[in-house]
Amino acid sequence: MKKRLIAVMLCVAMMASLLVGCKSGSEGSGDDKDSSGSAGSNTMEVEGDYTELEVWTFIELHQEFYTNMAEKWNEANPDKQVKLTLSNMQYDDMHNKLSLALESGEGAPDVVDIELGKFPAFMVGDVELMDLTESIAPYKDTTVESRLDIYSKDGSRYGLPTHVGATVAFYNTELLEGAGIDYTQIKTWDEFKAAGVKYYEATGKYFACVETFANWMINLMLVQKGGDYLDGDGNLDLTNDTLVEVLQYIKDMQDTGAFATVPGGQPDNEEAYPSYNSGDYAVQIMPFWQTSRFTSYMTDLEGDVAIAPAPVWKDGDVKSIGGGGTGTAVVKTSENADLAAEVFAFIKLSEEANKEVWNVLGFDPVNTAVWEDEELTKNPDNKFVQFFNTYPFDTLNEIKDSIAALDTLSNEKWPSINNELVTTTLNNIYENGMPVKEALEESQQTLENEFN
Amino acid sequence: MKKLLYSKKVAPYVFVLPFVITVLLFWIYPIANGVLLSFQDVLKKEWVGFKNYERLMTDKIFLKSVYNSVRYMVGTLVLLIPFPMLFASLLNSKLMKKPGFFKSIYFLPALTSVVVAGTIFRLIFGEMGTSLANQVIGIFGMEPIKWLKNEWTGYFALLCIACWRWTGVNILYFLAGLQSIPGDIYEAASIDGASKWQQFTKISFPLLKPTTVYVLTISIYAGLSMFLESFMLWKGNNSPQNIGLTIVGYLYRQGIEKRALGYACAVGLVLLVVVMVINLIQLKATGTFDKEER
Repeated sequence: MKKRLIAVMLCVAMMASLLVGCKSGSEGSGDDKDSSGSAGSNTMEVEGDYTELEVWTFIELHQEFYTNMAEKWNEANPDKQVKLTLSNMQYDDMHNKLSLALESGEGAPDVVDIELGKFPAFMVGDVELMDLTESIAPYKDTTVESRLDIYSKDGSRYGLPTHVGATVAFYNTELLEGAGIDYTQIKTWDEFKAAGVKYYEATGKYFACVETFANWMINLMLVQKGGDYLDGDGNLDLTNDTLVEVLQYIKDMQDTGAFATVPGGQPDNEEAYPSYNSGDYAVQIMPFWQTSRFTSYMTDLEGDVAIAPAPVWKDGDVKSIGGGGTGTAVVKTSENADLAAEVFAFIKLSEEANKEVWNVLGFDPVNTAVWEDEELTKNPDNKFVQFFNTYPFDTLNEIKDSIAALDTLSNEKWPSINNELVTTTLNNIYENGMPVKEALEESQQTLENEFN
Repeated sequence: MKKLLYSKKVAPYVFVLPFVITVLLFWIYPIANGVLLSFQDVLKKEWVGFKNYERLMTDKIFLKSVYNSVRYMVGTLVLLIPFPMLFASLLNSKLMKKPGFFKSIYFLPALTSVVVAGTIFRLIFGEMGTSLANQVIGIFGMEPIKWLKNEWTGYFALLCIACWRWTGVNILYFLAGLQSIPGDIYEAASIDGASKWQQFTKISFPLLKPTTVYVLTISIYAGLSMFLESFMLWKGNNSPQNIGLTIVGYLYRQGIEKRALGYACAVGLVLLVVVMVINLIQLKATGTFDKEER
């Protein structure tokens, strides 16, 4: 009798764990840099002759976007039709699989989305991605060049950009007005800090977060001061004065009490969204694509958020930098690499593509001519236009000529530097109170050992 | 052909052949290849001699990962051998009511997936005041803790998962061991006036030695090769200040995330050597080899 009871209980437990297992499988983890995605495969319907292309993505929304654009390509080029088979995988999985496929020379797709932070890792040694310089040529004049450069090596371009990712400020106007703060008056970091202190005194809540698991704001501040993580010869230089100054400035912000670390370590994180959604923090300094996180994960803020240029140190500083991104690459060994390059240059860089990037994804397209098309950017039916209480593109056009890039992002050393920063350095400084200089020296040592 | 198969000399080899092939194909070949790769820069396809190993010796993050793994292993040994042994004895004694119920309860966690458990434990040890762990310590008037951002609290969380998950399994091992001890030994002891505690320390404990040695051996290996628990608890391989980084985690980071497969192979081989050495010392010390010789 007892045995029977145990058997029944074990069966129940097993079933339960199976069911729980299924659930977690279909949910997919949201730990990625560019929206969440779950595993899934889609194939296009095409009539007549066509060439099949296999595409890997880590953002599910991209599938729909690519399919729409491929249909347009097929209409315009009936002699060169393509049929896309799209597989979506979780962020880490996809990059790891790609890495293994390229390593072993088997199983790689024809076309693949590679996230900016992972891109330099695929530029080491013999590059197994196709040189896309020629395919990009027809669209080169209308595309923001710095966004092409970040996917380049030795003058050859290997990735098709998705967006500019201009870093801007997202202000929760309802909360700020309650504390008597007018965000339009915040122009410099000093004013930003002062506004934070005022807000904190009035409400007892945090103004903005101090990043520990990303470096969106840090990179902007650094570039504005003309700083970098590498010296002029490309050697690691974490202990340079500019970087120390920037991190110390943020440390001083934190010491006022108005700025604090956020659960999850940065605004684009599933643990952080609720903190913003519930008003624990009022401001985010984030790349433009954060718009899509607002409409998906911080829905309570609808109508409360204004987009404005990020602060600067002084007049004349660059107003923004491109942050994050996805470069679509073609695998060199693919049988149809040439066609794939041509088709995807159209899918990602043509004017229609740029419009779709805004309509479907809510990102700032790389063709800045599109930014001025008011019919598009002020379309009242657009959910992003509806969500924010300023027109997003008003801000973009204001900073348009002053969007710089941190060149180090395309350096082979960047993935390791970034990894060290977000796991160790920033935590040492902002969670454990280690002096800035000391923390940077320690990380410099660790990384030198890796690069030696 | 028939002659060959019926030959007493050949037949045994035919029977063990599937095993030998499996070992050669899936064990010896990968390990040998791993050794070769550890002397290469795989991405640049060139031989680099001992460079990977030299780098390992001065690599602070690697040393940190070794420290983390060893610390975790020691923690699991301290918690997951004495307590399950005690619980098993309790369950085995006649004093216990409804032992079947408790056996099932203890064993339940082992049936769930680590991925699910890790995710739930991550939420339990969230840093917000509303997370379960922070609410519990709140009852005692303590301030919320950033559990997964501090070295020792993170370690505590890892040990919690380990205990929650493996206590039941180890209890089963010890129960099996206890049940193979003849009851008349206990009977004789109690007639001679031995207390329950004396029976445990003088009879159960020594006679459980083969089981204990077995559990110890697999626990050492399991502790040093732990990866998934940490991976799930920190939702990825990058924990703050690498407080959750294990040797296998570092291997994964170098080999898969940073595409330095040669270096990762060197890490893997060091893990192999460390586990072998520790296990050999431990097996020697517990006298496992002597028995075989006798």
